[in-house]
Amino acid sequence: METLASLFSLALLASAVRLTVPVLLAALGAVFSERGGVINIGLEGIMIMGTFFGAVGTYYGGPVVGLLAAVAAGVVFSAVHGLLAITLRVDQIISGVVLNMLAVGLARFLNIMLFGVATQSPGIRGFTPLSIPVLRDIPALKPIAAGISPLIPLALALVVAGHWVLVRTTFGLRLRAVGENPLAADTVGVNVFLMRYLGVLISGALAGMAGAYLSIEQGRGYLEGMTQGRGFIALAAMIFGNWWPVGALGASALFGYFDALSLRVVALNVPYQFLNVLPHIVTILVLAGFVRRARPPAADGIPYAKEEQG
Amino acid sequence: MKRYRRLGTLVALGLAALLVLSGCRPAAEAPPPAGEAPAPKLRVGIVYDVGGRGDLSFNDMAYAGLERAQREFGDRIETRDLEPAAGGENREELLRLLASEGYDLIFGIGFLFTDSIERVAKEFPNVKFGLVDGFIADLGPQSNVVCLLFNEHEGSFLVGAAAALKSKTGKVGFVGGMRIPLIEKFEAGYIAGAKYVNPAIEVFSDYAGTTGEAFRDPVKGRELALSHYDRGADIIYHASGGTGIGVFEAAVEKNKLAIGVDADQSLTVKPDQRAHILTSMMKRVDVSVYETIKALVEQRFEGGYRNFGLADDGVGYAENQYNRDTIADIKPELERLKQKIVAGEIKVPSSRKELEAFLETLPTR
Repeated sequence: METLASLFSLALLASAVRLTVPVLLAALGAVFSERGGVINIGLEGIMIMGTFFGAVGTYYGGPVVGLLAAVAAGVVFSAVHGLLAITLRVDQIISGVVLNMLAVGLARFLNIMLFGVATQSPGIRGFTPLSIPVLRDIPALKPIAAGISPLIPLALALVVAGHWVLVRTTFGLRLRAVGENPLAADTVGVNVFLMRYLGVLISGALAGMAGAYLSIEQGRGYLEGMTQGRGFIALAAMIFGNWWPVGALGASALFGYFDALSLRVVALNVPYQFLNVLPHIVTILVLAGFVRRARPPAADGIPYAKEEQG
Repeated sequence: MKRYRRLGTLVALGLAALLVLSGCRPAAEAPPPAGEAPAPKLRVGIVYDVGGRGDLSFNDMAYAGLERAQREFGDRIETRDLEPAAGGENREELLRLLASEGYDLIFGIGFLFTDSIERVAKEFPNVKFGLVDGFIADLGPQSNVVCLLFNEHEGSFLVGAAAALKSKTGKVGFVGGMRIPLIEKFEAGYIAGAKYVNPAIEVFSDYAGTTGEAFRDPVKGRELALSHYDRGADIIYHASGGTGIGVFEAAVEKNKLAIGVDADQSLTVKPDQRAHILTSMMKRVDVSVYETIKALVEQRFEGGYRNFGLADDGVGYAENQYNRDTIADIKPELERLKQKIVAGEIKVPSSRKELEAFLETLPTR
């Protein structure tokens, strides 16, 4: 009985939320990039830059500076992807892979320059945690009402804002148009390149923020390899979420829940290895089972060139 | 526009090539070749484990040993340390690089070097190798490889006892990095120590994963530690490299205690974490590196196996200015246990199987 209750305990829930946020932010970024028609497989690399610059900024100027530095680094880094994939029309997958490789080397190089060692930054202090008044005084609710990272509500607000931008604003409509049929959008005067760049840069900002959450709020410092492939999980979450922000939230939450579960439910009589691969099995099942119904933007991954068309 | 496309591919390829090349470059510049000095200096090289310098534990300990040797035999040796690429795949290449440059003694730090050193040592029979944490079968005094092994289970037994003596809740935790026999050795010793002191104690035990990545996942370390603390544990021992940073963070957050590993981690963590580190299980990689270099300098290097245990202070628990008062009350008991282990009265289990047999010998209360 106790084990069954532990499946839904609030402590588990709080853990799931913490593990959801980095995937969610990166997946939200991926939505913007791919809605504009650019596949961004470099999310992992951008997140690595986010973790590194988040830690560096926090080390020198506090967590707010760290967050801004991570977002700025994400934007700059994704601009490289934009340059390669949109302007120079390199295969978007290759350009993304380049980004991932570059990030590993660059973070190591810069860490040696700044801190004299290869793989780890000094420890840092994170944001002051939030507590919900009233609720935090109820002992049963304490795990979810106290000690909340301010980035968690921020991430949730960004999902709502992201959805609103995509559905309700001119920019959102144009971005989606560019991802579905760039030629048609171009014909009616939408600047395809500008829209695609904006989509990629937004994805960079959000993936950078995802990295900042990892290093500032969870790791309290940068450690080489701390992203642990979450950028790729985010891509899966975005696809499972059917290229919509709210869908990405649901998918990320599912992964976050199973991740937390694999770390917490040791009391269950299940082999340890099985629990460990559970989040990945869920990813595969989800991709194999649900994604058949998902529909990517029609021009996703196809570079656009003005003169070769029409 | 076609032209642009090709240009783009070139740029991408160029960046990739740059990365590959920069990955291959050794971390330190080659020292100038020894001159026409009457007695040529002995040359000693180290290749680090994944994580490299600055991990505040394992690799930094190895470096400390090298540094000490350099200080003491400064005029007779010259040293060089190299860091493998992020994934560690070029470690064998780096060993071979040092060997072909005529180094006299080369260390591989970490069990991941086992296969590489076995191969490279055969190719360079005149070069001597020191392998920390790895085991190569059938070595003898004439071999050019010495395996430097530690009785981690003995040190872990003592910190396990310390945890059980200090725990107010009767529950303690263990967070391991990668699930391999080496780390299970820490776990077995720890559980044995805790249960020896208090057979009724409950020990939660978890691993961060099954790959090398599990040693650098502070996010997972933090979540695992939080889950132990949430279930009532008040002291957690980690044997998980960089993942342990997350364990310390969780201890700060929950205002509980943690136990460090390899180095005296009270000295290396952030100031706000210090108060939360009860002690650390010291594994004196520095001593093993230093002793091996010393043997070489004094021309009494022997191949085979060297075990560093409690008896020769190769492992132990850390005492420093931060935890001296906290552990003062349990120190006599820990010293008593240490003597018993050294005298062979307590045979500390070094694997899960041995642990089960060990637990059966304990009185049940």
